[in-house]
Amino acid sequence: MFWRQTMGSVRDLLPIVLVIAVFQVFILQRPLAELFALAEGALLVVLGLTLFIYGLELALFPIGEALAYALARKGSVPWLVTFAFLLGFGTTIAEPALIAVSSEAANVASAAGSIADTDLARENYALALRLTVGCSVGVALVLGVGRIIMDWSLPKLIIAGYAIVVLITFAAPAEIIGIAYDSGAVTTSTVTVPLVTALGIGLASSLGDRNPMTDGFGLIAFASLMPIVFVMCFGMVVAWS
Amino acid sequence: MELIVSSLKSIAQVAADVLPVAVFLFLFHTVVLRRRIPYLARTLVGFGFVVIGLGLFLLGLELGLFPLGRLMAQQLTGADLIDSSQLVVSWSDYYWVYVFAFAVGFGTTVAEPALLAVAIKANEASGGAIHVWGLRVAVALGVAVGVMLGCFRIVTGTPLHWYIIGGYLLVVVQTAFSPRLIIPLAYDSGGVATSTVTVPLVAALGLGLSEAVPGRNPVLDGFGLIAFACLFPIISVLGYAQLTELRQRRAARQARSELTETSIEKHPEE
Repeated sequence: MFWRQTMGSVRDLLPIVLVIAVFQVFILQRPLAELFALAEGALLVVLGLTLFIYGLELALFPIGEALAYALARKGSVPWLVTFAFLLGFGTTIAEPALIAVSSEAANVASAAGSIADTDLARENYALALRLTVGCSVGVALVLGVGRIIMDWSLPKLIIAGYAIVVLITFAAPAEIIGIAYDSGAVTTSTVTVPLVTALGIGLASSLGDRNPMTDGFGLIAFASLMPIVFVMCFGMVVAWS
Repeated sequence: MELIVSSLKSIAQVAADVLPVAVFLFLFHTVVLRRRIPYLARTLVGFGFVVIGLGLFLLGLELGLFPLGRLMAQQLTGADLIDSSQLVVSWSDYYWVYVFAFAVGFGTTVAEPALLAVAIKANEASGGAIHVWGLRVAVALGVAVGVMLGCFRIVTGTPLHWYIIGGYLLVVVQTAFSPRLIIPLAYDSGGVATSTVTVPLVAALGLGLSEAVPGRNPVLDGFGLIAFACLFPIISVLGYAQLTELRQRRAARQARSELTETSIEKHPEE
């Protein structure tokens, strides 16, 4: 299993390395500066990703899935809602792509002077951004669980959600819009998707007459919509203060 | 030595991030469900792997993928590829940027293992109407065109939200005319396609590009590439499904008309 995971990580990275190598050799035709540091970084990425996913499959996924199924079967709505919020919040906070993008966002913001040019200010900004996205995915899952229980129409909710996104876009400061749209895409990744899908499928199958495929999907759709709204609001708050 | 120190630092930082998640899961399991954690030792070892792995991965991003994305953006917009003798460099002079964006988007997506798994499932669910390779190429083309168009937007500095809003309007219209089976799959394909490795590279490419192209500001133009990469596969997968359905319908109509023709030929005396 470990070996298979290593090959998986290599396969993730290989196309990038190949494309860049082709461009370097045939089009740019110059030696890549700091090749050693880059190779070192690539090696760490492969090693880190392998260990990370291996650990997830060993620990987080079995517990999370068992919890999601058990709570969905138990049918206690308050606990289910609490769990949905914490699950969305917790998995998003640990999402590697979000950590990476939020620290880049902090660098850009401090270079532009919207926050102070210190490590502390950058760390706080990145953390605040991650907490905002975490809360938004938590709220998204609560809404998604509510939808599954109450059997609300998914397309109507999604279209209403995008209408809100469009409206807020015109009120939000221009510099947050790109980050907001990106964060919606970043959240649905390695850690969040398997656990959220487990929650959706567990819930849909315990309610009987629901289709697990479309209901599990509804949760993910909310999880990529809500961060856009929340991060734009975050941007407005930062701009005012 | 320096690498070991920075690795340990990165791992310690990640441990603080992951700890709340771990505590929450353990508490929920033991307090709310009143169950013991099965395979406690294995689970603890697994959490150890998660922390160490995430720490090393983030360090690797900082040392490898982020600089690489920026470096590519700088070199592709460099003086030897762009003819800077003109006073105004037009957007079409950045064609190597677009070619690179397309190649990175296509290459990383076609090889994505998660996408292959989804494609096989879709093939089974559709009774063979959706081809595994057809779907993979559709998603990869979507990501490739998305990243390319995103780079075009950064080069021209046009507002991001018009592209995204326009894209979603197109998705809404397409959804109304698509076979129902494919819709959840299409909506998910964007998230499936952008892996944890691709996202940071694409983000760095966008930021590097907005720094390198004259007149662009990383704050306003640097982000948004990932949103493009997630939106366009929805459009391309829905489009692929519509094409498949159209072809099936045409084939069915053709078969029907052939059938009536042969039945007429068979009984000309009637």
